[in-house]
Amino acid sequence: MAEVDDSRKPMFAGLSDVSISADIPVEGEINVPVGTPSQDDEYSTLDEPVKDTILRDLTAVGKKFVHVMYPKKSSALLRDWDLWGPLLLCVTLALMLQGNSVDSKEEGGPQFAEVFVIIWFGSVIITLNSKLLGGTISFFQSLCVLGYCIMPLTVAMVVCRLVLLGGSGTVSFIIRLVVVTASFSWSTFASTAFLVDSQPPNRKALVVYPVFLFYFVIGWMVLTFSPSA
Amino acid sequence: MSSSDGNKNTNTEPWGGFDDNMIQGTGSAVIDMENMDDTSGSSFEDMGEIHQRMKEEEEVAAEAEATEEETGEDGEFLGMKGIKGQLGRQVADEVWQAGKRQASKAFNLYANIDILRPYFDVEPMQVRNRLIESMIPIRMINFPQKIAGELYGPMMLVFTLVAILLHGMKTSGTVIREGTLMGTAIGTCFGYWLGVSSFIYFLAYLCNAQITMLQMLSLLGYGLFGHCVVLFVTYNVHFHSLFYILWLVIGGLSTLRMVAALISRTVGQTPRLILCGTLAALHMLFLLYLHFAYHKIVEGLLDTLEGPNMPPIQRVARDLPVVATAAVNAVNVTVKSIGVMLHSQ
Repeated sequence: MAEVDDSRKPMFAGLSDVSISADIPVEGEINVPVGTPSQDDEYSTLDEPVKDTILRDLTAVGKKFVHVMYPKKSSALLRDWDLWGPLLLCVTLALMLQGNSVDSKEEGGPQFAEVFVIIWFGSVIITLNSKLLGGTISFFQSLCVLGYCIMPLTVAMVVCRLVLLGGSGTVSFIIRLVVVTASFSWSTFASTAFLVDSQPPNRKALVVYPVFLFYFVIGWMVLTFSPSA
Repeated sequence: MSSSDGNKNTNTEPWGGFDDNMIQGTGSAVIDMENMDDTSGSSFEDMGEIHQRMKEEEEVAAEAEATEEETGEDGEFLGMKGIKGQLGRQVADEVWQAGKRQASKAFNLYANIDILRPYFDVEPMQVRNRLIESMIPIRMINFPQKIAGELYGPMMLVFTLVAILLHGMKTSGTVIREGTLMGTAIGTCFGYWLGVSSFIYFLAYLCNAQITMLQMLSLLGYGLFGHCVVLFVTYNVHFHSLFYILWLVIGGLSTLRMVAALISRTVGQTPRLILCGTLAALHMLFLLYLHFAYHKIVEGLLDTLEGPNMPPIQRVARDLPVVATAAVNAVNVTVKSIGVMLHSQ
């Protein structure tokens, strides 16, 4: 040990010599790289009309909707995530589930806050769970995927409301059951297709179970919704 | 402190500081820092303006103290003080601190995830086997039984129970005016799981049982599997006898399994009785509570607390005529029928 220490001491002594003494002012040139003007124009969004900006974002959201509908192309939803689409879907679903219960205080329908909390809290739980199981997906990517995959259920909600306009008998219940079941399996399938690739192969079932539970609860809420007359 | 620094800078021209400071030889460490402050401060333009205004205000007051503080300053100066001395810097510093706090919080979250990860290290087959085992009590008392310290299964079971409870509340038409059904269900399930685990762990500590908190959480969590099954069945199939049978068989089996595991890890008759009696009673009663009384208690409480505030006397007074008319009607009907019978005879 002593030998090793001896051999190391000169090394450290040499290192201390390298440090710049305080008397010498630190000098240097700072170059601001001047980009080519064409490049600047390309990436500058400051002077474009607001309409273009909004349209571009909406197009991006719309493209992701299409990706959820055809879950085969699985990389785009993960690559550039955003939370606008999930927020839009979540608010739409919550507003439609709210129904007429604002007017009648006795209604036990799902409140706006409840739906909102279920969706976001549930997504966060699923994401944390997938992180804990050793998934390699980032937090917001997972939130984005789970949020976008609510879309089939939102569509089912629209259909259910339309069906309920016609009347609420056994036939309408059967139609709603079929629609909700289909959209529930669609949601689960789509989100699984996006999420499972980032998980260790032997644990896919453990990741899918909470996703299944999440969409099941939402689907069940959609199915049992009935506007108070 | 701040005034002295501000003063030092304003005495020179905003950009004239270099020459003065460069001349002073030995204090170069100080002066270099200050030059850096000026140049980098000017890049925050609005902050620089505020800073300038503040300095002008402070200038008069600060000038008198400048000399004596400057002498003390060189000794104290360690880089940070010069930065904090200016308002713009202070604001920037606060922003930086807040950002740093946020970042460290986020980092801590991720660090905690890494800490928790070993407890979620399971295979689907293991989870399935443990779910089945949670229904099979083992009669092995002399040797401590193995309890897996794992949290994936318990967490998922608790969330499943939350979903089942939500379903039960909805179908039973529970109305909770303050707060959501979701919050109540989550509170109940997590409260039971964490609360009872901690309580039993505390008791086990008193009774000198060989069990860790993690094992306790896992044991009780898997014990909730029976609850999930029973409640899922009985919220959909409304037979009281079926519920009692399931309560005794499935709930009893999962309770027995936990009790057996606890007994094997405790020494002595009295500690075993206390620990297992408490756990069994709590676990079985919780199932009973969730099935029957839960939504009714919540509803009843809320009705009494904030329902239609009608004094009981008024309610009696309103109810009495109904009863009276009903009784009168009944009497009338019986009298009439007797009359009819007599008449026909």
